[in-house]
Amino acid sequence: PLTSPLKLHYPHPQNSNHKLLSTIQVIEDDRSNRGSEPFVTGVRGQVPPLVTTNFLVKDQGNASPRYIRCTSYNIPCTSDMAKQSQVPLAAVIKPLATLPPEETLPYLVDHGESGPVRCNRCKAYMCPFMQFIEGGRRFQCCFCSCVTEVPPHYFQHLDHTGKRVDFYDRPELSLGSYEFLATVDYCKNNKFPSPPAFIFMIDVSYNAVKSGLVRLICEELKSLLDYLPREGNMEESAIRVGFVTYNKVLHFYNVKSSLAQPQMMVVSDVADMFVPLLDGFLVNVNESRTVIASLLDQIPEMFADTRETETVFAPVIQAGLEALKAAECSGKLFIFHTSLPIAEAPGKLKNRDDKKLINTDKEKTLFQPQTSFYNNLAKDCVAQGCCVDLFLFPNQYLDVATLGVVTYQTGGSIYKYAYFQVRTDQDRFLNDLRRDVQKEVGFDAVMRVRTSTGIRATDFFGAFYMSNTTDVEMAGLDCDKTITVEFKHDDKLSEDSGALLQCALLYTSCAGQRRLRIHNLSLNCCTQLADLYRNCETDTLINYLAKYAYRGVLNSPVKTVRDALINQCAQILACYRKNCASPSSAGQLILPECMKLLPVYLNCVLKSDVLQPGPEVTTDDRAYIRQLVTSMDVAETNVFFYPRLLPLVTDVDSDSLPAAIRNSEERLSKGDIYLLENGLNIFVWVGVNVQQGLIQNLFGVSSFSQISSDLSTLPVLENPFSKKVRSIVDMLQVQRSRYMKLIIVKQEDKLEMLFKHFLVEDKSLSGGASYVDFLCHMHKEIRQLLS
Amino acid sequence: MATYLEFIQQNEERDGVRFSWNVWPSSRLEATRMVVPLACLLTPLKERLDLPPVQYEPVLCSRPTCKAVLSPLCQVDYRAKLWACNFCFQRNQRGPQTPLIFLYVVDTCLEEEDLQALKESLQMSLSLLPADALVGLITFGRMVQVHELSCEGISKSYVFRGTKDLTAKQIQDMLGLSRPAVPIQQGRPLQTPEFLQPVHKIDMNLTDLLGELQRDPWPVTQGKRPLRSTGVALSIAVGLLEGTFPNTGARIMLFTGGPPTQGPGMVVGDELKTPIRSWHDIEKDNARFMKKATKHYETLANRTAANGHCIDIYACALDQTGLLEMKCCANLTGGHMVMGDSFNTSLFKQTFQRVFNKGFNGEFRMAFGASLDVKTSRELKIAGAIGPCISLNAKGPCVSENELGIGGTSQWKICSLDPSTTLAIYFEVVNQHNAPIPQGGRGAVQFVTQYQHSSTQKRIRVTTIARNWADAQSQLQHIEAAFDQEAAAVLMARLGVYRAESEEGPDVLRWLDRQLIRLGRTLRNESSYYRHHFARQDLTQSLIMIQPILYAYSFHGPPEPVLLDSSSILPDRILLMDTFFQIVIYLGETIAQWQKAGYQDMPEYENFKHLLQAPLDDAQEILQTRFPMPRYIHTEHGGSQARFLLSKVNPSQTHNNLYAWGQESGAPILTDDVSLQVFMDHLKKLAVSSAS
Repeated sequence: PLTSPLKLHYPHPQNSNHKLLSTIQVIEDDRSNRGSEPFVTGVRGQVPPLVTTNFLVKDQGNASPRYIRCTSYNIPCTSDMAKQSQVPLAAVIKPLATLPPEETLPYLVDHGESGPVRCNRCKAYMCPFMQFIEGGRRFQCCFCSCVTEVPPHYFQHLDHTGKRVDFYDRPELSLGSYEFLATVDYCKNNKFPSPPAFIFMIDVSYNAVKSGLVRLICEELKSLLDYLPREGNMEESAIRVGFVTYNKVLHFYNVKSSLAQPQMMVVSDVADMFVPLLDGFLVNVNESRTVIASLLDQIPEMFADTRETETVFAPVIQAGLEALKAAECSGKLFIFHTSLPIAEAPGKLKNRDDKKLINTDKEKTLFQPQTSFYNNLAKDCVAQGCCVDLFLFPNQYLDVATLGVVTYQTGGSIYKYAYFQVRTDQDRFLNDLRRDVQKEVGFDAVMRVRTSTGIRATDFFGAFYMSNTTDVEMAGLDCDKTITVEFKHDDKLSEDSGALLQCALLYTSCAGQRRLRIHNLSLNCCTQLADLYRNCETDTLINYLAKYAYRGVLNSPVKTVRDALINQCAQILACYRKNCASPSSAGQLILPECMKLLPVYLNCVLKSDVLQPGPEVTTDDRAYIRQLVTSMDVAETNVFFYPRLLPLVTDVDSDSLPAAIRNSEERLSKGDIYLLENGLNIFVWVGVNVQQGLIQNLFGVSSFSQISSDLSTLPVLENPFSKKVRSIVDMLQVQRSRYMKLIIVKQEDKLEMLFKHFLVEDKSLSGGASYVDFLCHMHKEIRQLLS
Repeated sequence: MATYLEFIQQNEERDGVRFSWNVWPSSRLEATRMVVPLACLLTPLKERLDLPPVQYEPVLCSRPTCKAVLSPLCQVDYRAKLWACNFCFQRNQRGPQTPLIFLYVVDTCLEEEDLQALKESLQMSLSLLPADALVGLITFGRMVQVHELSCEGISKSYVFRGTKDLTAKQIQDMLGLSRPAVPIQQGRPLQTPEFLQPVHKIDMNLTDLLGELQRDPWPVTQGKRPLRSTGVALSIAVGLLEGTFPNTGARIMLFTGGPPTQGPGMVVGDELKTPIRSWHDIEKDNARFMKKATKHYETLANRTAANGHCIDIYACALDQTGLLEMKCCANLTGGHMVMGDSFNTSLFKQTFQRVFNKGFNGEFRMAFGASLDVKTSRELKIAGAIGPCISLNAKGPCVSENELGIGGTSQWKICSLDPSTTLAIYFEVVNQHNAPIPQGGRGAVQFVTQYQHSSTQKRIRVTTIARNWADAQSQLQHIEAAFDQEAAAVLMARLGVYRAESEEGPDVLRWLDRQLIRLGRTLRNESSYYRHHFARQDLTQSLIMIQPILYAYSFHGPPEPVLLDSSSILPDRILLMDTFFQIVIYLGETIAQWQKAGYQDMPEYENFKHLLQAPLDDAQEILQTRFPMPRYIHTEHGGSQARFLLSKVNPSQTHNNLYAWGQESGAPILTDDVSLQVFMDHLKKLAVSSAS
């Protein structure tokens, strides 16, 4: 067996790269080099620390990497250079990202009745890069160079350096990220919006009732409704709530505070959905507390004996949409759904799952919706600001690719709990639900990215809808949603002025306030390719490439997509080799310092379930993951494609996480316990030779054979080892936007197959290459390009 | 020998039948010459204290060609509730008896006060229903809600768009009524849908539900009418009963406070600036929605009638409510039509209570699903019937080819009727002139009315009458003497109204009594309303409608009937006028002055107090029995309400014949209508000219 892949293939020790080809090494190095100092954003074109490094950010004029990360912080001046390098120029933007408590939230700026000060021509918002001239009476736009009069109320004198005297008092002049209060001109129909509404829509068909799901949701909502998002200084949430249950027909509930009992209104005309009531459907939680509680108590009882197995789906969304329309507000639908909607209604679906299509030209149809009905519905939802979050509880195929269309295009989230069982899955579901309900969210959002002359945003990836080529529309946008934007040259850039990005997000806050969030980022420009390669960020690159490939499978055969990925990477690396590296023998693989992990990460993308599914992966899983990845930020894609593998037995006393190890079976010892997480799952792998004491301490059973692989949580035991492991699990859970499913894997057990799938440096059962093999393959490709 | 008058009265008392001619001209030719057709007014369920009902239901074999009556010779399987006909061996099911059904269809686009009053009336009505009656509730405004009645806790209703017409099948599907029926098994109570429940089981629930009813919550912007989905609401009510209880007695009771403004059956749009169609629009064929709406309601009415159900309309609003378009619902099904200004008036409240009045024997004065079969001796044929009925299309040898009213059949269906419901039935004498009937020959007519009694029993009432034939040439005086002018007037008037309804031309009206001409001139709503009642009331009531009664009270003598003429309006009289729809008490000028002076409170003028009280007492007596409750007006000389009296009296003195001014003999009327005197003169002239 091989001890290290590098020795065998790269016998030239003078190449310093190969020693560092370990992901763990790169992550650890970055942590120790850059984790101690805060990242100060004042300087143009600085590459931030890796996403795996804990660091603080000080905003001094550029947006924090928590909001924007770029594939490169030094971009080629000309389009020819860019084409030559094949390095995609992209920014991964998370406009409403959550900040650690030590960092300040964006300040809210109010420019008064005339609204934010903007460039007359390109409409860019006031930002630190605008140049004030003529004693402060005018300013020159940093994006389009147009000169605009400073409005009298905004006038301020300049100091001797040309800075405005009020530079440090105004966030829009000194910070990279801030918010403007929008005026009525920024509102739909020139009317300030009403506070948004949340509508809970619960499937009460036989499966949902029988599994205990309906009771669970109702119980949870009783307490959860007290934690609706609210603006910092407000006593109670401005968000109103409404309730719908459904199977083949829809039941609306009147929970008006003046009622002694809730009233149920059944709409069976699903072909032509409408909202049967206005007053009393959307209510303030505090005012209608008793009526809501009574409703949530009674829903499980009312449907306890249901025999209805069929469901509708599109009418449910239509109902929520109509309700928001009638209430003239934006909002979010929380839909809890269990089955393929086969009841007679618009948007009715049929089971078209067919695994035989895999690896054929028709494979792409599995990712495409089976009807365009939902695309049209999504459009209507976006127009109203109706975001749809979908909680799925399938026991069989329910066509995520189609059901998810509206969710995806409205900026919503899908959560999927296959074979849901209250006992094993309730923690995960309830934690997800709680987080989803409570998290910061904006509604009726439009995002536009402006750039300095020379480049422009050309392509967008994420959960949104676009009706033109520039505006990214999202019915809802939460703190976890990320949009990846690709830029292309349309002119030359100059090294002097660099390149600027301004991302402006117009949205309605949870209290109904219309706001603009602005993120600015300045990048360097280069005429030397070496500068480009020196300032790249592989994690961001992978985020872009994965999203690009995952969109590709909608239109092209998966094999074509995979080959294109490999080819692009080979070109990137070949270009480096040709133009930047010192001459050396062709047998040597030379990777740029910033991209030395590109091959290993790319291999992980290629081996992922979407691009190379194993036999146990369902069509729904693939569609689900495809949509999930499209909204992921860089940290999430990083751990998703290259899971974190932690040995649990070492240094039990330390407070921090144990050091990760490489994702390869040969790193696992039979006598140890390991934890692997990828953002969706946590596996606890137990070796066959683990000491009985450890097993006793962690699982509360006396031997390896007695460990139940059925556990969904670790038992709470009073010993340091158990406490330590549970605290690690908790720590990981907190870091992720979704609650991860805990799976106990015993070595040599049948579940181990599933676990091994995530050991991404090894050869996978579905045919994915091992790290070493892929590196070889990559090398061959590069050599071919060079010759 | 008794006079003909006594004879006629006795016959009416016994049979509930009054003929225009009580001795019949013996040939077609002679009959035609008599101008007034041979016809009768039949009150099928006339209350009679002495009529013993047979105490079991006639059970007929269900094979249409057999229809034998269940008899001791039939085999009965009591467990399966089956019996086999001993003639044709058809196995017949004896389904459980279905109780009476009352389905309230309530408009919620009402003013708060109106809705409150209506809610109270409806709550009160629950105590008046038979305990086992099934009751249902549909409310409507912008949407239509069908309420489930037996639910504990959360109240549940099915909601429908008010703009979309649905087929009966769709309605039943959406209400979940199309599930396979649970087979009726022994010992299991009748399965009724959640929407129709026995009142004794759910009266508390329903009382609460009605109490919680809110006005239609959808906002109505300025300058708009509320969106009222009457058409869809009725359609759903009809569909619900059609799917659940066809051919058993059921009343759909529609309470509405304005015109339908959306969906099928809309009468006017919701823009207030476009007024509801006027008489003028209709004449000019300008009423946009009328034809479509009428068609919608006619379809519903016909379906309802086919199911043997009936529709009552209680329309209370100051403005028009679209009765013109909806009238057929009540007319074809025998339902009531009640019109008022507001639900918060005693007129509505008492009228509504009276629907549930009980007769002398403690039974509801309502019956359902009647079929009237008329059989005649061969010299006679049946020309048709006018009344709240539809044709059953029973052709036969006794059906005439000449139709008067609803003809071409010898059987009619009357979905709902009460003891005063009266049909006009028209005959044709077909005996040829050259085939004389022997002296003393009698013609006979048999009326067979099968109906569902309010106790849910099936009953049959048979009335057979006979009249003498007489030769018009030799015995004209007999025929003349046996002419019942009251019956004839009503029969002719009905015919006139029927033609006015179906032909819609003022030409038809010309040959009618002046008062009937009036019927056509009032508001469309009102005319539909008047015609509706005219087509079903018995003779006395119909006569009052044709010619209002005027009584005078004064110190000069006991109360006396006086001419319905302006000359009757004198200062020292109190007048009491009964027009069927209105009771007017009118104080003459002097009387009014006395009353203002307060003489009635002085002990020495107690007789004045009595004089004031007398018409009030008489009015009360009428008010208590009349259905629908008449509008009660108490006014005086110069009062604004006096117009109700002035518009009805014969204008013998008007501002046109000035010589009457200043005379003490009556009050002039400002009108261009001709006085009865002028009308009679004109008639005489015409009669003479046509004879020559």
